[in-house]
Amino acid sequence: MALDDIYKEVILDHYKNPRNKREMPDAELSCSKNNPLCGDEITVFVHEDDGKVLDVSFLGQGCSISQSSASMMTEAAAGKTRAEVEERIGAFRGMMAGEVESDEDAFGELVALKGVVKYPVRVKCAVLAWDVLREALAGGGEAGGSAPH
Amino acid sequence: MAVTEQRSAGLDVARIRKDFPILERTVDGKPLVYLDSAATSQKPNQVIDAEADFYRNHNANAHRGLYMLAEEATELYEHARAKLARFIGAAQPETIVFTRGTTESTNLVAYAWARKFLREGDEILLSEMEHHSNIVPWQLAVRGTGAVLRYLPLTDDGLLDLSDLGSLLTEKTKLLAITGMSNSLGTLPPVRELADAAHAVGALVLLDGAQLVPHVPVDVAELDCDFLTISGHKMLGPTASGGMYAKLEHLEAMDPFLGGGHMIEEVFPDRSTWNEVPYKFEAGTMNIAQEVGLGAAIDYLEGLGMDAVREHEEEITAYAIDRLLGAGARVFGPTDVSVRGGAVSFWYRDVHPHDLATILNEEGVAIRAGHHCNQLVMRRYGVPATARASFYVYNSNDEVDALVEALGKAESVFA
Repeated sequence: MALDDIYKEVILDHYKNPRNKREMPDAELSCSKNNPLCGDEITVFVHEDDGKVLDVSFLGQGCSISQSSASMMTEAAAGKTRAEVEERIGAFRGMMAGEVESDEDAFGELVALKGVVKYPVRVKCAVLAWDVLREALAGGGEAGGSAPH
Repeated sequence: MAVTEQRSAGLDVARIRKDFPILERTVDGKPLVYLDSAATSQKPNQVIDAEADFYRNHNANAHRGLYMLAEEATELYEHARAKLARFIGAAQPETIVFTRGTTESTNLVAYAWARKFLREGDEILLSEMEHHSNIVPWQLAVRGTGAVLRYLPLTDDGLLDLSDLGSLLTEKTKLLAITGMSNSLGTLPPVRELADAAHAVGALVLLDGAQLVPHVPVDVAELDCDFLTISGHKMLGPTASGGMYAKLEHLEAMDPFLGGGHMIEEVFPDRSTWNEVPYKFEAGTMNIAQEVGLGAAIDYLEGLGMDAVREHEEEITAYAIDRLLGAGARVFGPTDVSVRGGAVSFWYRDVHPHDLATILNEEGVAIRAGHHCNQLVMRRYGVPATARASFYVYNSNDEVDALVEALGKAESVFA
């Protein structure tokens, strides 16, 4: 194993300059979760309208893997339909479980996280934000701002 | 730079290392630097052989059969109990109940003592540096009793803040349950002083010995604790070995814990009577081979001498703290080694502990990263997690150097 497999340039870039790391006071959906192994906590906010995920942001502290994964996730989810986002979450979890063939065409930057599969205990760090997003979409968390209905 | 020093004031580390076969292995071609003994210790050949010898030559159920093998198994098992009693300064072997370790021991007291004796308005006093295994069993125990938990706070330096002891430890306090050595901060609380204060208001004292017993000479008569929990696997013994010491009067007064074979005297359709102490608390087939292995671990530690063990750890801990601070790390807990043990939590620059542990692993250095089952401590010091290096009889200053060198790697990845 080599450290380059896990600490790729794109991961370090998202870690040092996280995208969409901000509160979203008018989010329709949000959810918080922590990784019981390390105590890392992530909150994900979703701005959704008519089945479309318009904007995703996150807050929290964590290791480079959990933070960069959250950052990339916000970019991967924004602008997609809810169904597309849910499909994306499933595919990402599949990649991290080593079950789904991953290539750059399908996963874009996220393919950088594939190296984490070799570090089983760190896979939890990578999927944390995605699990929170899935729960937020399922209505598992409280809305950050005004409730939609 | 690297200090080549294998012999500390207390111990001949180079010779000790030869007894631990796992220390010869490599991690991706690099020598294993094992700095996670606070999680579990490595095992010397003497312990591995004792457990294997039990299975090879003496295996039978203890306290059951009437044939020679069963007698041998029983004798070895009871001999281990006597060794553990002697090791912690308990005059009577029957004051030792074998358990799977500190977690089970604490749950035993929470179930068999607390649920029987706690009443509405009673209080249990804990501290903010307790391991989850000395918090959660009490949360479960007070449910439905109307009793409440209170906590001794911590100072910024990682010591117990005793300035409000008088208002926290009162006539309402029925139990003070406190660690003998913090597993994340390393802190050694003033146990005897606290025990005296607790007894003065009529409270009992449970001492969590998970980190204390493996590393510091312990004498329950001197400490005057009512209960002491012991983890065998952190003191060179097999996993699931360990026990609990309690003053005889408490063992007599407590309810049984698990029901089953051997813990009874007589069984009727609607009720049973209990076996004598300590067997009242040992239901079913116990970890016989593991407790025999623990006996061998105690022989090993006594061979080294617990004073020498403590001296060695003070020395390596002082060296580690010095080098970590020198490298720019933030060290949690006291820096004075006379009031702390060898579990050293730190945060290196801005590198998250999980990233640090992964990078150190590439250098063969095994440390723990996380909240260490100490979420109250993490919250107190405003961090989600820490990195932790912890030391034992087989660790040398060279390994501290390996740790500090590997930190440089982490910096280069995240620079």
